[in-house]
Amino acid sequence: MKPFVAHSGVALPLLRVNIDTDAIIPSREMRRVSKRGLSQGLFANWRYCYERGEKRGDNPDFILNQPDYAAASILLAGDNFGCGSSREHAVWALVEYGFRAVIAPSFGAIFYNNAARNGLLPVRLPASAIAALADYASAAPAANHIAINLKDGTVRGPAGAAFHFDIEPAHREMLLGGLDAIDMTLKHRDQIEAFQRQDQAVRPWAYL
Amino acid sequence: MPRTLFEKIWDDHLIADLDDGASLLRIDRVFLHERAAGIALNSMEEAGRPARNVRHVFCAMDHVIDTLPGRGDATAMPGGEQFVRSARRAARRAGITLFDINDPRQGISHVVAAEQGIALPGLTMVCPDSHACTLGGLGALAWGIGSSECEHALATETLRVTKPKQLTVQLFGELAPGVAAKDIILHLIGKHTAAGAAGRVVEFCGPGVQGLPPEARMTLCNMAVEFSAFSALIAPDAVAIEYVRDRPYAPQGDQWERAAHHWRRLATDAGARHGQTLRLDLAEVEPTVTWGTSPQHAISLSGAVPDPDRERDADARQAMRRALEYMGLKAGTAINTVPIDAAFIGSCTNSRLSDLRAAAQVLKGNRVARGLKAICVPGSSQVKREAEREGLDQIFVDAGFEWRESGCSLCFSAGGESFAEGQRVITSTNRNFEGRQGRGVRSHLASPATVAASALAGRIAAASVAEAA
Repeated sequence: MKPFVAHSGVALPLLRVNIDTDAIIPSREMRRVSKRGLSQGLFANWRYCYERGEKRGDNPDFILNQPDYAAASILLAGDNFGCGSSREHAVWALVEYGFRAVIAPSFGAIFYNNAARNGLLPVRLPASAIAALADYASAAPAANHIAINLKDGTVRGPAGAAFHFDIEPAHREMLLGGLDAIDMTLKHRDQIEAFQRQDQAVRPWAYL
Repeated sequence: MPRTLFEKIWDDHLIADLDDGASLLRIDRVFLHERAAGIALNSMEEAGRPARNVRHVFCAMDHVIDTLPGRGDATAMPGGEQFVRSARRAARRAGITLFDINDPRQGISHVVAAEQGIALPGLTMVCPDSHACTLGGLGALAWGIGSSECEHALATETLRVTKPKQLTVQLFGELAPGVAAKDIILHLIGKHTAAGAAGRVVEFCGPGVQGLPPEARMTLCNMAVEFSAFSALIAPDAVAIEYVRDRPYAPQGDQWERAAHHWRRLATDAGARHGQTLRLDLAEVEPTVTWGTSPQHAISLSGAVPDPDRERDADARQAMRRALEYMGLKAGTAINTVPIDAAFIGSCTNSRLSDLRAAAQVLKGNRVARGLKAICVPGSSQVKREAEREGLDQIFVDAGFEWRESGCSLCFSAGGESFAEGQRVITSTNRNFEGRQGRGVRSHLASPATVAASALAGRIAAASVAEAA
């Protein structure tokens, strides 16, 4: 996993509440048995024009297609971002497109974990802070970068304004180090095996 | 110290509290499906990591497969058969039990897990599908995860989990005849919003739960994820334990007695209520339907589409306006006058035998409205066979419904099938999100009885109490 320590970049505001993973990537856009090749499907229902169900070019009204945001790497969103289906494709599509972080007041729980496992930093900030960041970024998207620092847990936008965010220590460690959760857990192999021996005596029916 | 149901299951599975604030939990069962299995298992193979114990791993075919009669590996979705074949190949190579297309046990993973006794009270289970929480209806702590966590669970039989907070939902009072579990959960989410249980483990309890049969309990828990819960649980009582008895993967003989003894002691101890509590009087629940694009956009079938101008929260107001536009509805419209183009009965929420019976009771001897597309997709091949044994298939077919093979189907354009753009669908599924059932499709969530009654009327309609009871 690519570590996340600090990042500064163009922020794209998409301040709707409840942006679900079907909206982030519709079912029909998951075409291959792969974690790759998904960025074309990102926000497909909003991003493209359709005619009789077929894609007919980009939808110029959708913010992702506006040239000012071509280099967007930080997504600003409304409450409950990534709710719904557990599809990790939503995270893979965002990462492949070039997003490094999503800032929202709250996240769907499964999406939040999926993001942290893939080096996509999920940042929880109050809606008022996100509105301030969105105002700043949209005034001059290419110039007014947002800076995120995971080490000290801050998001900086307009001159002087810094917003602090909290993240579970477990996610923080893993993101900072680009660590692999399975490797970390396998270090506890002895403990896992000892637990299992004891557990199997207590709950034998749980072991097929 | 008195403990809750959730705490007892948690403690039974706690291997270690880790330095970073998470806990290492034993995971008893992993249920895969063909949209996730190939990706996860191939990725593990590349990393040289085998599954730790394949006897605890199962794989469904539900997310991509076709549900048309006579189906093979191909689906309407371009590249769909690659998912089917890669899952089959990967499952075989790893030695994982696969409920393949022609297997009599095939079906939607959460339906099959209950039918086969793979889900048992007090077990921890994960599935790369957010509706894994369905199995909380039997007292299993089950939750949806992504692909990476799935690999973790397969490779280690554990997950690193930050202990969720708890929320108790007390159900009391008498449910009116014709009101279903689906109405309860839609009403609850409508009342407390789609973020009402954010990140918490919900325990449904109280006299109102004890009266619900296991299948209804599963419907209730199924939509906990639409309430933003981590998962949901119902204490295993005699009814749940009886449901599990003699199922293929359930314990037998002495093991059964030991297990049942353990399960009976899982219920929350007196004085152990932790976290927040909500109370819901079932007498206030009416047949319920959604009007918008979030499960919280739920209203009584006798109600009207609400006016965003009367919503105080600015974000909610904006979302309501957007939803009205997407749904092509006007504030103040009586919901039971809204015409529909299609009706769908299926999904892990409402496609078990009791759901099909409830719908068939309404449909019996009637025909769906002219020109209406109506589809029934049983939750599993076993449900389908049982329904056919009772003659329910004939009732559906006579009424003008398509009678399909099992799978996730049109709940989310699984198998590449969608309703047509702009169509309005009354559906027994769980999500009314924009585009969920096809681009521009307008989904109204409701119980199977309401879906059936609406299909007959050609508009959103409540079943008469006599029909739905």
